[in-house]
Amino acid sequence: MEKLKQFTSSSLFLPIVALAVLLIFNAVFVDGFLHIQLTEDGRLYGRLIDILNRSSSLVILSLGMTFVIATSGIDISVGAVVAISAAVVCTFIGGRGDGIPEHPMVLAMLAAVGAGVVCGIWNGLLVAKFKIQAVVATLILMTAGRGIAQLMTEGQIITVYYKPFSYISGTIPGNILPTTIFIAAAMVLLVVFLMKKTSIGLFVQSVGINPTASRFSGINVTLVIFLVYAFSGLCAGVSGLIESSLIRAADANNAGLNMEMDAILAVALGGTLLSGGKFYIGGSVIGAITIQTLTTTMYALGVSADQLPVVKAIAVIAICLIQSKRCQEIFDKWKARHMQPDNPEEKAVNKA
Amino acid sequence: MKNLKKLLALLVTGLMLIAAAGCGDSAGSGSASKAASGSGSGGKQITMGFSQIGAESEWRTANTESIKQAAKDAGINLQFSDAQQKQENQIKAIRSFIAQGVDVIAFVPIVETGWDTVLKEAKDAKIPVIVVDRDVKLNDDSLYVAKIGTDSVAEGKKVFNWIDEYMAKQNKQPRSGNQYNVVILEGTVGSSVAIGREAGFKDAMAAAQDGSKYNILASQTGEFTRQKGQEVMESFLKSDRDKIDILFAQNDDMALGAIQAIEAAGLKPGKDITIISIDGVKGMFQAMIEGKSNCTVECNPLQGPLLMETAKKVLNGESVDKLVYVDEGIFPADVAEKTLPERKY
Amino acid sequence: MANVLLEMRQIDKIFPGVRALSKVDFTLRAGEIHSLMGENGAGKSTLVKVLTGVYGRDGGTILLDGKETTPRTTKEAQECGISTVYQEVNLCSNLTVAENIFIGRQPKKHGFIDWTTMNKRAAELLQRLSVRIDVTKTLDHYPVAVQQMIAIARAVDVSARILILDEPTSSLDEQETQKLFTIIRQLKKQGMGIIFISHFLDQVYELCDRITVLRNGKLIGAYDVDKLPKFELIAKMVGKSLSDVQDFEKREEKSQPSEEMFLEASHIGCTGSLVDMDVAIHKGEVIGFAGLLGSGRTETAELLFGIHEITHGAITVNGKKMHIKEPMAAMKQKIAFCPEDRKSSGIIEDLSVRENIILAMQAKDGMFRHIPYKEQVKITDDCIKLLNIKVSSREQLIRNLSGGNQQKVIIARWLATQPELLILDEPTRGIDVGTKSEIQKMAITLAKKRGMCVIFISSEMDEMVRTCTKLIVLRDRRKVAELENEDISSENVMRAIAGGEG
Repeated sequence: MEKLKQFTSSSLFLPIVALAVLLIFNAVFVDGFLHIQLTEDGRLYGRLIDILNRSSSLVILSLGMTFVIATSGIDISVGAVVAISAAVVCTFIGGRGDGIPEHPMVLAMLAAVGAGVVCGIWNGLLVAKFKIQAVVATLILMTAGRGIAQLMTEGQIITVYYKPFSYISGTIPGNILPTTIFIAAAMVLLVVFLMKKTSIGLFVQSVGINPTASRFSGINVTLVIFLVYAFSGLCAGVSGLIESSLIRAADANNAGLNMEMDAILAVALGGTLLSGGKFYIGGSVIGAITIQTLTTTMYALGVSADQLPVVKAIAVIAICLIQSKRCQEIFDKWKARHMQPDNPEEKAVNKA
Repeated sequence: MKNLKKLLALLVTGLMLIAAAGCGDSAGSGSASKAASGSGSGGKQITMGFSQIGAESEWRTANTESIKQAAKDAGINLQFSDAQQKQENQIKAIRSFIAQGVDVIAFVPIVETGWDTVLKEAKDAKIPVIVVDRDVKLNDDSLYVAKIGTDSVAEGKKVFNWIDEYMAKQNKQPRSGNQYNVVILEGTVGSSVAIGREAGFKDAMAAAQDGSKYNILASQTGEFTRQKGQEVMESFLKSDRDKIDILFAQNDDMALGAIQAIEAAGLKPGKDITIISIDGVKGMFQAMIEGKSNCTVECNPLQGPLLMETAKKVLNGESVDKLVYVDEGIFPADVAEKTLPERKY
Repeated sequence: MANVLLEMRQIDKIFPGVRALSKVDFTLRAGEIHSLMGENGAGKSTLVKVLTGVYGRDGGTILLDGKETTPRTTKEAQECGISTVYQEVNLCSNLTVAENIFIGRQPKKHGFIDWTTMNKRAAELLQRLSVRIDVTKTLDHYPVAVQQMIAIARAVDVSARILILDEPTSSLDEQETQKLFTIIRQLKKQGMGIIFISHFLDQVYELCDRITVLRNGKLIGAYDVDKLPKFELIAKMVGKSLSDVQDFEKREEKSQPSEEMFLEASHIGCTGSLVDMDVAIHKGEVIGFAGLLGSGRTETAELLFGIHEITHGAITVNGKKMHIKEPMAAMKQKIAFCPEDRKSSGIIEDLSVRENIILAMQAKDGMFRHIPYKEQVKITDDCIKLLNIKVSSREQLIRNLSGGNQQKVIIARWLATQPELLILDEPTRGIDVGTKSEIQKMAITLAKKRGMCVIFISSEMDEMVRTCTKLIVLRDRRKVAELENEDISSENVMRAIAGGEG
C-alpha cells in the first residue's frame, strides 16, 4: 500500500499512465502489437521493437532539451542541427556506389557529433554570453541550419552505400536489438551518471528557478547555461547520426524536420514545466516514447493520410489533459476516497 | 583534406547567408548567364526571365541545369533568379523582369495561389508568361500562355500498366489468397502530384480487364521522404508481412526508404515484393542494379528544350497548346545498368 | 465607543497536517488602528488571507457591518471594501506606476482604457501620499520604498473601509515610515478600520490603538495598547514568563576584535553606485554599515562580494591585493554574503532545505566534485540543529518555510562554506522578535568563538548598536563617519546621517 501510494504521487506516475493507456489501447485494437519474434538471422522483430528503435533519436534529443528547458530556455534549432550532423557524416563517408568510404567511419561520426557540439556552443554563446532570448537565438540556427546542411550536400540527397554505416541504426550482426536502442540507453545512462555523480542537476534547477540567487550563491550562471546548450547540441549531433543511418542518407530538407517540436512536447509530457526549474529526465524519456507510440498507432490503425494530423492532435490533447493539474486534483480526490487503508479489496490486491 | 576545405567554405557561406538573412534582403538576382553564343533566332536576341524555386533535391538541380543548358543552346539570354523557397522572392523577381522589359517570363511556381496580381502586371506589360513544372490556380487563365510540365495522372497510369504487364509476364502468383495485394506510399497530403499519381493509378486499375486481380491493402502518406517511407513501410510489414505483393511508392525516395524496411523484415525487395516508383533519380537506378527494385517511371526534369521551343513559338506568334507535357519514359530494372551512366540527375 | 466594523468569530483553518487557526475571534472597529501580533507562523497572515478571500475557511463566521459575508476571491473582498497591502510588494515591475495602481479597474471611455484620466488620477493619489513621481514610468524605475507607497496608494483608492497593512514598513526608512504613519492616521480619521501587522514593536506602540495577540493559531487576547507593557506583549507572543523575556532582551556581551587584519578596502567605489568607501575588518570583529536606504551600505557589501566590480580603489585580503570580480572570487577568499532581498536573491524557492543549504558549498567545490548525499544530510542536519531551524523535514521546500526560517537557511548555506567574513544584509527584516534576537546573538557568537568577521547591515538602529563593535556610517554613497566602542549610540549615528558633526 505504501509503495503504491509513493508511486502514485511520484513525478513519473502520470507520464507512465499516459503511455500505459496508449499501449493497452494498442494491445487491444492492433493485431499482434505485443508480438515479438526472433528472425532467422537472430534479431528481435516486432512493433514494440520498432517503437523503441524509432523513438531513440527523439529520446536523445529530449534529454538535451530537458536541461535547456530546466534553465527556462528553449532550443528550437535541434531539428536543423540533426540535419547538419546527418549531412556531415554522409559527406565524410561519401556517396560512392561501390561502398568504399572516403574517410573512416569513426572519423565521420566524430565529425558529425562535433558539428552538433559546435552548433550547441554557438547557441550557448548567443544565449549565455550575449544574453539573447533563447527562442530568438536558436531561431537563427533553426533557419540557417538547414541551409548549411544543403550547402554541404550541394542540395543532393547523399546516399551512403558503405555497409557498416547502417549498423548505427540497424543491427550489428550478432546482436538481437537495433544499435539505436543501445545508443539511446547509453545517453540516458550518461545523463543519469551526471545527475548522480555531479551537481549539474542541482545547478541547472537552481539557475532555472532563480538565476540571481544562484549567482549570489557563487554558481557561474553563464557557464551553466552555456553547457546546457552545448549538451543539447551534442544530443542533436548523436540524433543526426541515427536519423541519417536509418535511411543511409543525408536528406537536408527532411532530416529532423519538426523534431524540435516533438522534443519540446516530450519534455512537457514528462512533467517538466516550460517555465523552468524542476525537471524530470525519466519523464522526458517516457514522453518521447509516448509520442513515437502514438505515431506507430496511427499507422497501425490505418488512419488515412488526410485525417492523420487531426487524430494525432486529438490524442495529444487527451494525453495532455490526463496530465493536467485539474485532472491531477480530480485523481487525488478520487484517490482519497477510494484508497483508504481500511478498504479490504485494496489490501487483498496488495497482498497478492 | 579536400572535404575540410569544402566544409570551411561552407561555413563561411553559411555565415554570409545568416548575415544576408539578417539584412532582410534576399531578392535573389542570381547569376545571370550572359553566355549567348550564336545568333539564335536571327535578328534580335531573345531575353527570358526565369525564376526557379530553389535547390531542393537532385531532381530540381537537374531541372535547373536543363533549362540553363537549353537556353545556351537556343541562343536565348537567360536571366536566372533563385527564389530560395519563398514566394515573395519570386514575385519580386518577376516584377524586376517586367521592369527590365524581358521578352518572355518563365517560372516554377512555389505554391499554386497568389499569382494573379503579378501576372496581371506582366500581361499589361505585354510580356508572355510560361508556367513550368508545377501548377497554378488563377481566376483568369489567359494570364499565362502555356504550362509546361509533367503529367502526374499519366505517370500513375503507366505505373499500373507496367505492373499488370510485369505480373503476367513473370507469371507471379499472389503470396496469399488469389489477389495481388498492393500497398501504396502516398506523397504529401494534398499536393497536386500526389493526387494526380494516385488518381492515375486507380483509374488505370478500374479500367483494366483484370483490375479485379488487384487489391489495395493499405495506403498511407510517406510525405515524399525516405524517413517516413521507411517508417510507414515498417508498419505495413508488421501488419501484413506475408501478404504484400506489390509496393507502389509515389516517389523514389520513399521507395528507397521502404526497401530498407523490407530488408529489415527479412524479405527480399524486388523479389518477394515487387516495387515500382516514380521519378527516376540516380539512387533508384543504383537500387535496381542491385536487384532491390523493379521499375521507376520517369518524371522528367529535363524541361529546358521544350520550354525554349515553346518560348520561341510564342514570340513568333505561332499558336501553342495551353498544356505541354515533356516525354517521360519507363525504366525497368533490366535496363538500369545500361541507362545509369546516361542519367543526368 | 466606536461602532464595530468587522467581526470574525470562531475562525478555523486547516492545512494538510496543520491546524493554522483554531477558533480565533477578531473584532475591528471603525476609526481604529488595530495591530495583529504574533511570532512567525502564529497565524497572522492566515487570518488576513481568510478575511481577504485568498483562503477559504473551515469554520466560523465573518460579519461585516453585522451582515454575514464570505469573500471567495480577493476581488470580492475588495468589493466589500477590504483592501490589502502585502509584505512582499506584489506589483508588476514592467507596468507603469499608473497601470499598477489601476490594474484590473482601469477607467474606461467608450470601452477603451482612458489613459489620460488614469495617469491624472494616479498622480493625484500619490500626491495625497506626498509621493511625487512620474506615473508613466515603469515600476522598476523606483526603489522598494516607493513601490511600497504605490502599493498603498493602490489599496487606498479602492474605496476601502478596511485596510490591511502586512509589514508595510519593513523596507522603509525612518522618514518614509513617518510619512506613511501620517497617511494612516489621516485614513483613520476618515473612519477607516486599519489592521496593522508589523514586527517593529516601537511602531506598533506609536501608531496603534489595540492589539490582538495570536500564538500557534490560537487567540491569546485583545488589549488596549496603553494597558499592555512591551515586555508583557512579548511574553504573550512567545509564550514565556515575564522574567524569561527580560532575560531574552539582555545584551550579549560584544566580541573583542583581534589585532589581525582580515580585509582592507581603501577608497573603493563603483560608477553609479558607490563614490568612496574605506573599510578595515579585523578578525573577530562585527562591523555595522549604517545609513539610509540607498546610502551605499548594500552597494559596498555587493562590491566586497564581487556582485559588481569595483571601478576604483583596492581590496586587500589577508595582506594580499585581490581582484574580486565574481562572487566565486570572493568565496575563494572565504567571504560570504546573505543578500538583502531574501526572495529574489536568496532562496531558490522550489528546492529543498537541504539543496538550499549545500548550494554555495557545492558551487565552491565545483560541479564535478559532488558532495555525497550522506554528507549533505549530515551538513544539513548539523545546520538545522545549530541555527534551530524549524522544518518538518530536511526535504521540505524552502518556499513553505516562514521568513525567519528561510533567513536561517540562507545563513546556514554560508556557514557551511566555513567563511572568515560573513556579510549579513538586513538579516532580520520581516522576522519575529525571537528569531531576530537569535540572529543578533549568532553574529556575536560567531565573531567571539570562531574569530569570524561579520558585516552587519540593518535599518534598525537598536540592533546595530547592540551588536556591532564598530559602525561605519554612510550617506549619499560615501562614508561619512566611523564610530567605535562607547561612541556607538543611536544619537551619534543619527547625527552622522543627518550631516551634523559626528
